[in-house]
Amino acid sequence: MGRTLAEKVYDAHVVRRAEGEPDLLYIDLHLVHEVTSPQAFDGLRMAGRKVRRPDLTIATEDHNVPTENLLAPIADPVSRTQVETLRKNAAEFGIRLHPMGDDGQGIVHVIGPQLGLTQPGMTVVCGDSHTSTHGAFGALAFGIGTSEVEHVLATQTLPQIKPKTMAVTVDGALPAGVTAKDLILAIIAEIGTGGGQGHIIEYRGEAIRSLSMEGRMTVCNMSIEAGARAGMIAPDETTFAYLKGRPHAPQGAEWDKAVEYWKSLRTDDDAVFDKEVVIDASTLTPYVTWGTNPGQGLPLSESVPDPASFDDPIERQAAERALEYMGLTPGTPLRDIKIDTVFVGSCTNGRIEDLRAVAEVLKGRKVADGVRMLIVPGSMKVKAQAQEEGLDEIFKAAGAEWREAGCSMCLAMNPDKLSPGERSASTSNRNFEGRQGPGGRTHLVSPAVAAATAVTGRLTAPADL
Amino acid sequence: MEAFTVHTGRGVPLRRSNVDTDQIIPAVWLKRVSRTGFEEGLFAAWREDPEFVLNKPEHAGASILIAGPDFGTGSSREHAVWALQQYGFRVVIAPRFGDIFRNNSTKMGLLPVVLPAETVEALWKAVEEDPATEITVDLEARQVRWSGNTVGFEIDDYTRWRLMEGLDDIGLTLRHADAIADYEQRRPSWLPTTV
Repeated sequence: MGRTLAEKVYDAHVVRRAEGEPDLLYIDLHLVHEVTSPQAFDGLRMAGRKVRRPDLTIATEDHNVPTENLLAPIADPVSRTQVETLRKNAAEFGIRLHPMGDDGQGIVHVIGPQLGLTQPGMTVVCGDSHTSTHGAFGALAFGIGTSEVEHVLATQTLPQIKPKTMAVTVDGALPAGVTAKDLILAIIAEIGTGGGQGHIIEYRGEAIRSLSMEGRMTVCNMSIEAGARAGMIAPDETTFAYLKGRPHAPQGAEWDKAVEYWKSLRTDDDAVFDKEVVIDASTLTPYVTWGTNPGQGLPLSESVPDPASFDDPIERQAAERALEYMGLTPGTPLRDIKIDTVFVGSCTNGRIEDLRAVAEVLKGRKVADGVRMLIVPGSMKVKAQAQEEGLDEIFKAAGAEWREAGCSMCLAMNPDKLSPGERSASTSNRNFEGRQGPGGRTHLVSPAVAAATAVTGRLTAPADL
Repeated sequence: MEAFTVHTGRGVPLRRSNVDTDQIIPAVWLKRVSRTGFEEGLFAAWREDPEFVLNKPEHAGASILIAGPDFGTGSSREHAVWALQQYGFRVVIAPRFGDIFRNNSTKMGLLPVVLPAETVEALWKAVEEDPATEITVDLEARQVRWSGNTVGFEIDDYTRWRLMEGLDDIGLTLRHADAIADYEQRRPSWLPTTV
């Protein structure tokens, strides 16, 4: 019987297999940031262990970093200590680090692909659930906890039980004005936040093949929001074209050998998935969330749902709680919801193509009075490229704030946060209670919807302008 | 980690679904570089409400958290497990768990027990009616027992053995250092390094 893409990559990394034990899986790339690593390095020190492969490890500062005044020390002493701890650990264990202010710094899931370190067929891990982003290249990439970070640092392997596989096939073409973000929000609303649990999702079908690498990364990024630790897309010419010439991509004869192998990384025709879902892309429209988990989403053209309309008592209760927290009334058209802050950025939508989509909408327009708009590039390289293309001028002319690279308001570990009761339209990945600041209310949207919303001050699609 | 064989304690009924790790421990608590002191941050936002179930005196000292489906979804932060353990929980019972949270729990010796929604409902009712209800979670027998009821749960043999022995994964893996070195010899030449 044939194998799926996920199985091919998994099997190629099994170091040891024994009856009744988890497989030992080799890890090709380990990404490290300041938040989930300090206790892991401490563990190594206490046990007198070294980092086995510092040459397969790379670190960056992203979660805590301020997005203004980079030359000043970090004002929050606890954040500052955490960033300084990563610097000490990277120096002590010989790990390459891109610190704040460095032109290679950025969100860990933006810099891996940007450097060409993320390649098809690799295993990639990071102490961060959005590691699933790298699956866009046909890599098996998943988030891990701090105990596992320590395990990978010490052994470059992880004990794993082979996950199940799930196919999400998106047939047809996305209509004009419907983006990768709308697609993944629609998928999560369809299968639920637990729909992918225990599975690796492979996204397939015409609509997926038509996406750019940036769009594929947006889709794979939010696999975790559908409960799946990893999402993957088979590599193709789009993938190879993105990789070619990047600093760590293979070169010359090695490139040819790699491409030949990468072309074998696709699900065999006779392979069987444990679970399959089919979605028709042509029926999709811009999607937004109304609740406090990413599965609570609807087309922008609809209204806030009535909890009584949910048959499942658990979903009904979750909707009641969500509406109370979000301060929303059933039946309110989603387009009437007023927004205080618009956030563009994060590992979901902080890449150059996302910024271009925002600029396209903002060009010649103004951010509405009373609305704050933050635009935070995913990396310093993305920032430089945006500036080269003059996007920053469009943002500033519209009245948006153009910031430095980092995770920023996606999780509010730095000074960028919502105040209690403040409502945002955010291109990030989580609308959990308090995620963007205690008491803050988050609506997840695409970059294009974020930009149009900034212009009107209400949830809006560009087509409505 | 502390070995887990059988634990008897009282339960807290957390009647909520989709309890993500941002709720279990908000991001502001993640700035610490130590492994201790996270109990104060456990459900920090919800604990501001005096009516929140964890604040009720009748549930003080409980060690088994009983939650709705999709407990521990979202962020990979292991701090969520540390916070639960340091607060005094040894077991979390739910109909479904986030994969990463479940994995992190078993690395630290916090036992995640999957039970059907009907059983969770029965446990909720039991501890709501009598908060002093004693619940026994028996990993050896793979059973949860309370007030004359016995239900089984599933857990793979390897994870169960590791939890019962309190074994650290890194030590186990390093026994296979030769296999790792062999594998490294076979890796394709085009794979990147970060240097």
